[in-house]
Amino acid sequence: MPSEPLFRQRFNICGRDFVDAGKASITIKGILREIGIDSSLIRRAAIASYEAEMNVVLYASKGTMELRITPKDIRVTVEDEGPGIPDIELAMREGYSTASDEIREMGFGAGMGLSNIKKNADAFDIHSVVGKGTSLEITFRL
Amino acid sequence: MKLEAVRKILNCQVITGDEKLEGEVGVGCGADLMSDVLAFIKPNALLLTGLTNVQAVRTAEIAEVIAIVYVRGKLPDKDAIDLAKEKGIVLLCTSLPMYESCGRLHQHGLPGGSELEGGRRDAKRAPLPATL
Repeated sequence: MPSEPLFRQRFNICGRDFVDAGKASITIKGILREIGIDSSLIRRAAIASYEAEMNVVLYASKGTMELRITPKDIRVTVEDEGPGIPDIELAMREGYSTASDEIREMGFGAGMGLSNIKKNADAFDIHSVVGKGTSLEITFRL
Repeated sequence: MKLEAVRKILNCQVITGDEKLEGEVGVGCGADLMSDVLAFIKPNALLLTGLTNVQAVRTAEIAEVIAIVYVRGKLPDKDAIDLAKEKGIVLLCTSLPMYESCGRLHQHGLPGGSELEGGRRDAKRAPLPATL
């Protein structure tokens, strides 16, 4: 049975909002630093959160990101309302991208996001329904 | 490598962070795609980029980049400068293009990420293929 979280915070993410894009992940990084988490773990969690947050901003209409900290782990859950991913296995492949030119001009869409989240996480779970949205659960063990 | 050395080697203009030029960077990374930065950059890095929007600075903060050098004479927009000031990230600008900027810094001893991992040190010593 999962442990009761000691800390929980939820963030709203707006699709196409490039001004605030990434702010939730920076807040998460600040929270982890404040409670004294190991710096290499903070870096991994910040990078994975930021990739996930940017995916919502770039591809979905809106979404939420929730940080939960338990005595055993840090969990970041991201749920969006967006186009969904038809082929998750393909989307996980480094370099595969459906990004528009506009997204690439912003410096994103290199097709590294999902695989980089997985690389930085201790556990990574992804579900997607085409036409509805995508949810990610990213876990870092303490 | 001290940031003051980076400034001299690339003949940089300092956009913000003049008081932090005694700080050191341990590794260099040149990229215009922030996805690549997030996937490959090491901590305490110098990022060389042509991407001038606020996302480059936000990516730098997430990835623990000490300083950004904007290449090809590009200047960051105001939001990017304001965020860098707030977060203490040094911003420099050089008129040199990306390839030359990276090359000069590497020549002066600033390693790339793969060299820190040790995996490709041998590649530097390997002879060039005969076809070249």
